[in-house]
Amino acid sequence: MKYVDEYRDADAARRYADALAGLVTRPWTIMEICGGQTHAIVKFGVDALLPPTITLVHGPGCPVCVTPVELIDKAVEIAARPEVIFCSYGDMLRVPGTAKDLFAVKADGGDVRIIYSPLDALALARQHPDRQVVFFAVGFETTAPAHALAVARAKTLGVANFSLLVSHVLVPPAIRTLLSAPGNRVDGFLAAGHVCTVMGMNEYEPLAKQFRVPIVVTGFEPLDLLQGITMTVRQLEEGRAEVENQYARSVRAEGNLPARALIAEVFRVVPRKWRGIGEIPESGLGLREEYASFDAEQRFGVAAYTAEESTECISGLILRGERKPLDCPAFGTRCTPEHPLGATMVSSEGACAAYYRYRR
Amino acid sequence: MCLAIPGKLISISGEEMERTGRVSFGGIIKEVSLALVPEAVEGDYVIVHVGAALSVVDEAEAEETFRYLEEMGELESLSPNPFPRDEDGEAEERA
Ligand code: SF4
Repeated sequence: MKYVDEYRDADAARRYADALAGLVTRPWTIMEICGGQTHAIVKFGVDALLPPTITLVHGPGCPVCVTPVELIDKAVEIAARPEVIFCSYGDMLRVPGTAKDLFAVKADGGDVRIIYSPLDALALARQHPDRQVVFFAVGFETTAPAHALAVARAKTLGVANFSLLVSHVLVPPAIRTLLSAPGNRVDGFLAAGHVCTVMGMNEYEPLAKQFRVPIVVTGFEPLDLLQGITMTVRQLEEGRAEVENQYARSVRAEGNLPARALIAEVFRVVPRKWRGIGEIPESGLGLREEYASFDAEQRFGVAAYTAEESTECISGLILRGERKPLDCPAFGTRCTPEHPLGATMVSSEGACAAYYRYRR
Repeated sequence: MCLAIPGKLISISGEEMERTGRVSFGGIIKEVSLALVPEAVEGDYVIVHVGAALSVVDEAEAEETFRYLEEMGELESLSPNPFPRDEDGEAEERA
């Protein structure tokens, strides 16, 4: 496929790795933020091509993994109602809530459907005016425009039986939290190419300056990742801390302006709890007052739920880059993708699931 | 779920918020919203995520990854390499 295959060229990858080895004089730790990048790194063995002095740690960039347990509980509660058609991206179904997951609701007769696009959920709502169609809107900035589009169209079309259970998180506040942590050992970041395709790069400038870290906006194919890492290492070796763009074939400095305008129209910035990390101020999106009638939490009266997790899962440390999946005693034994203890084992973009699939 | 992939825009219909296109992903064709990429025209490659196109791939920039690699190669060749590589990429043995 064009714009995919050529970025998987093994020979070019080896040449990148050689060039990189020639650059490095000291050990560096680089974090990739995005779970899609984590998946590609482990799948294609990008980390194995790097000189041993470069350590890649995996960040919190898997929306499925950081969705807090009480939101899963809310989803479970809503999905079990007889009038509801509950629509979700597939990887949310196995994420454990306090008592059960969405798969269990489906097995018990709940109408839970796996859907590819929020626009499909909207179409479903128009086909079934007698049912309540709820969409589990999980995601980072990348996914926000499509969710905003679905809500805006529902409003224009007057589709009253459609609502969103919103669990949106934002990347820059998470980077700030990680960099502010006393145990931080990350020297440079690969920022997520598709998040920046939407939002642009400006939000990262103050982070690079304040914490003196290079941040390189990077794509998702093996060559993109190797180039992003090389650009980061080059900055580190030269003592620079700038925002650079490896993924310019998709990312413009200002992002996608129509998408940003639509997000701002439908959503507002809210505090958000991240599974394994805790609450981060101004780190999420919630529906604006004007769109409150599309908020499933209000419609179904579940807004006040809270829950704490208590398991042996160390995914919080993994999401902060302090541990790797193989450090977890439950990995591959008590915790597998079929029976996950934590969300990082559920999503294909979760670090534990990627290691389970490619590194056992 | 954050996966977004490039596909070729083969036809367009509708306008503004209702603008959609048929996009081919290596032969698999899907209908996607073009509401957020008003600049997209037929034949463009667009990056699509959960049913909405998010950007048009910039053809010139797409080459950059390889140009960067060439440059790195040239820089490398400025420093004498004790193990020149042959065509197969194997290090030659030099006594
Ligand atoms: S292997 Fe399972 S229990 Fe361990 S950190 Fe990963 S998700 Fe949690």
